Amino acid sequence: MNGTRLLFSKPWIWSFAATITVWIVTVLFTGGASSLGLSQAALTFAAFSVIVGLGQMFVITLGPGNIDLSVPATMTLSGTLALKLMDVQDGMIVVGLLVSILLGFGIGIGNYVLIKLLRIPPIIATLSMSFIIQSTAIWTNRGLRIKPPEILASFTTSNLFGVPNIAIVALILSVIAWVLLEKTVYGRWISAIGQSTFAARMTGIPVDGTRLVTYILCAVLASICGYLLASFSGGAALNMGSEYLLMSIAVVVIGGTAVAGGNSNIPGIWGASLFMFLVVSMLNTYGFGAGFRLILTGLIIIAVILLAGGRQSSR
Amino acid sequence: MNEVITRQEVVAARGIKVTFGAVKALDGADLVIHAGECVGLVGHNGAGKSTIVNAINGGLTPHAGEISYGGVRAQHGISTARANGVRCVFQELSLCPNLTVNENARIMHAELAGWNWRSRAGALVKLQLQEIFPGHGIDCDSTIDDLSIAERQMVEIAVSFAGLNQKPKLVILDEPTSSLDAGLAAQLMAYIRRFVGEGGSVLLISHILGEILSTSDRIVVMKDGRVVADRSASEFSKRSLVEAMGNVAREKEWQRAGDKRNGAPVLAMPARRGQGLAFEAHRGEMIGLAGLGGHGQTETLLDLYLSRNSNWWPARRKEIAFVAGDRSLNGIFPLWSILKNLSIASLGDFSARTIVDRDREGALGNGWKKRIEIRTPDMENRILSLSGGNQQKVLFARALATSARIVLMDDPMRGVDVGTKQEVYDILRLEAAGGRTFIWYSTEMDEIRLCDRVYVFREGAIVAELAGDEITEKNVLEASFSGGEAA
Amino acid sequence: MRISTSTIRLVIPAASLALLLAAVFYMQPRAMSYTGLNLLFNLAVPIALATVAQMLIMAVNDLDLSMGAFVSFCACVTATFLQASPTLGVLIFLGAIVAYAVIGVVIHVRELPSIVVTLGMSFVWGGLAVLMLPSPGGEAPGWARWLMTSRPPFVPMAIVASIVIALITHFVIMRSSVGVLIRGVGGNVRSVERAGWSVIRIRAGTYALAGFFAVLSGIALVGLTTSADANIALRYTLLSIAGVILGGGEFVGGKVSPIGAVIGALTLTLAGSFLSFMRISPDWQIGAQGAILIVVLGLRLLLNRLEKREKSR
Repeated sequence: MNGTRLLFSKPWIWSFAATITVWIVTVLFTGGASSLGLSQAALTFAAFSVIVGLGQMFVITLGPGNIDLSVPATMTLSGTLALKLMDVQDGMIVVGLLVSILLGFGIGIGNYVLIKLLRIPPIIATLSMSFIIQSTAIWTNRGLRIKPPEILASFTTSNLFGVPNIAIVALILSVIAWVLLEKTVYGRWISAIGQSTFAARMTGIPVDGTRLVTYILCAVLASICGYLLASFSGGAALNMGSEYLLMSIAVVVIGGTAVAGGNSNIPGIWGASLFMFLVVSMLNTYGFGAGFRLILTGLIIIAVILLAGGRQSSR
Repeated sequence: MNEVITRQEVVAARGIKVTFGAVKALDGADLVIHAGECVGLVGHNGAGKSTIVNAINGGLTPHAGEISYGGVRAQHGISTARANGVRCVFQELSLCPNLTVNENARIMHAELAGWNWRSRAGALVKLQLQEIFPGHGIDCDSTIDDLSIAERQMVEIAVSFAGLNQKPKLVILDEPTSSLDAGLAAQLMAYIRRFVGEGGSVLLISHILGEILSTSDRIVVMKDGRVVADRSASEFSKRSLVEAMGNVAREKEWQRAGDKRNGAPVLAMPARRGQGLAFEAHRGEMIGLAGLGGHGQTETLLDLYLSRNSNWWPARRKEIAFVAGDRSLNGIFPLWSILKNLSIASLGDFSARTIVDRDREGALGNGWKKRIEIRTPDMENRILSLSGGNQQKVLFARALATSARIVLMDDPMRGVDVGTKQEVYDILRLEAAGGRTFIWYSTEMDEIRLCDRVYVFREGAIVAELAGDEITEKNVLEASFSGGEAA
Repeated sequence: MRISTSTIRLVIPAASLALLLAAVFYMQPRAMSYTGLNLLFNLAVPIALATVAQMLIMAVNDLDLSMGAFVSFCACVTATFLQASPTLGVLIFLGAIVAYAVIGVVIHVRELPSIVVTLGMSFVWGGLAVLMLPSPGGEAPGWARWLMTSRPPFVPMAIVASIVIALITHFVIMRSSVGVLIRGVGGNVRSVERAGWSVIRIRAGTYALAGFFAVLSGIALVGLTTSADANIALRYTLLSIAGVILGGGEFVGGKVSPIGAVIGALTLTLAGSFLSFMRISPDWQIGAQGAILIVVLGLRLLLNRLEKREKSR
């Protein structure tokens, strides 16, 4: 009895249960030979989704209409710019990271300026912004593929006690995000804004300030993710962010964060990210093509949203 | 006048019960409307008028009781009601703002099908508008968004009375004159009499007792979800009507403590849009904002609040707090516990702007739970587990728990039971004595009479200021309608 | 006489299109010819159709993030099944339109956010497209090719087709009863419900109609490109939303304008051509499109402000 209640009160348990199931099914197929490699790969790739997903989650928590479509472009520009700046010198690693974060700050502010001053809905504002960012990235990149500094490259691709370093970074960021969300006044504020922006305004919450910070946070996380992803994959590519547009939204939704806003869920993002990666690799092991993988991904998203239900009735 | 009883029934609702959560909106109410009569329906806010209207027009299925149209019991629903000639003009405007007048008529009248519906709809509405409001000057090709509030209300009324093949049998008018001026209101009342004379029926809901008395054949008085009086209009006077509504002039338990207008005002605002009087509030005052609903009181409160509250930076010290009236729209956070709902406005006071101190938050919650008697076993329960009245208490506690010296209240007692009201009044009195300033918009005369000073609103501006013993229902109503003296 | 709001809503998109066109002609006078115009607006027809489809969804306060994937899917069906066995192709399209109606019903009944449901659907359509055409290929049906490449006298096909699309959709959405109901749902659902209409059916019908226009968009696209691939129209999702907004439509409130939407689509198409005429380096072309979007939306805000000031006077 209690177990069932727990299941329904904590929707992220579903995504973890599904993750474990898929993991077992995949490992069984290969006779257990791949279990360590599979887990490490899953953790690594999930980590990237988690980092961008966290930012997107904060934005989605702000309520209906809030979404950041500039995430992929931000990742690309941050990766490109940071690698170019570091120019394979180990001494520049920290500088590169700082520039990445600064870039995220700028993009976040730019996004919110468009949303607020031009009263453009976030979806179009961040989209227009992403066009400009993407162009900047193309211009910076010039088709050159610059390698990451040696130390950074080995850091992003190695493990600590069998756990990928990237996953540890994502975990640390998740814990920070969790504290921010659950323990601080800021967390209360974004949840309040997500439930009812007007009511939030009328209780004295500085709504615009809070939303600005949230868009900045999202862009900074996307920047960090771009920095890490470019270093991990040995160089920035112009399309490296593109798959994370839908992924960042999908992991948030599957992870049990309310699309209607006000309620967010960090463990769920981990479950969903691992799940999304494992489903793809399971279908790969079983020899399904890209078409089936896409269809199944779509059906999973729809099934989850159907199960989780829409906006809870207010009565 | 008594022969109306023998006329044919248009709609009959008998023994209707409707509950919303813990609140009994209707508790066995009867309402029968016959052909060729205008029935006036009066009662306080929350007496159940709107609920019974929704039951009759099919928008709400009652939990008990039966509804019959033309003497025949039928399946319940919006389409049944419409098929039986029941039309409704709602309190809040229910036209599609993005469509033109013609197009709205098309939506309201399914029989306007086929080619050329646009011009036929236009002709229909034009004719009806001309009949009800001669000389109206509304262009039927304009979008509703482009019309003034009064014009929108006129269009909605005309569309409801219009009939292509047959006239409606019953038109329900819920506060139809709330945004019409006296001339238009008189035209509408005259039309209602003509419509009734031709055999139609009207159910008229209005707070303006003069209208009800002069236009209705029969008046039904509701109170606490029941019908408490149902007699011919000629048997009522304004006074007896007010008494029947339960408005027996209550003993004034609240002694006004003289004039508190000394020193500089704690809050002031120049006249809105350069019209009417300026607004001023002093320390410890209880100021009422009166007038008909929707005449700028809420906007004034919002202006006052937003002008004192940054949208970008957290305030170092809260100086002003707000108690919402429409709980679901701008009050509660439905996903949260009672405690989180209560503490949200005062987090900054005990949290040093970063980590929320859960212990102090819990202590605050328990303190207010005792003080304002929030009826719940656990403050961690969801806010929606509370009854409406208790949710409202949480909103009061949210505002009073802050350090704010000024509290704005936007008709907060709407639909709250009498017991809760008395409890909250007592607390307000204590807080006011302690130097807090309250600015209170209320649609209820009882509450307006509790105030030290009252501003009466009309068409978005303050038209009169009443103080002390000048605050009477008569003076407030007079100022609400006459337009007041510009001072 | 007072100018109606809907007219004002059309002024900005039309003006920005005219301005852009003038700029193109100024920079490249040779564009002022039959062939020149044909080249400039070549890809406008499928974009206009997709924009109209997106506009229908936005008219009922929803948003379709699967538009690009769906148009790609339709393009793949056109280049394979519709070309090889027309009956089967038509059946697939009918099925897809029904699927759209079902999505509308599901979104309405479960009160789901349309963004997420259509996001999921975009994967499904994309997957189906990949299954059909794992690599670029297929062939356009002869009639589609003929239709899209025909050369009517005086005015190029792309412009004729855009005008026809604008007029037909204007009639359906702005003049007919069906259109009134669709926009009514966007404007005030409760009022439509209270008048006794079935909002579920209206929503389902709207989605089906949107699916129909998206199918046409896919066919038109293949008619132009002669072959298809699974990613051929992915950018249509964002293009169509931007087109509706550029054309004076709004995200909520049922405020849409079919003529505006087609103009918006033309503007976006032209913006691409314009930028290449400007000799803006290819690096900055996407960015300049973003900038154009921002400028036009900024202009619109300005105009809305003026209008509001006018009204309150």
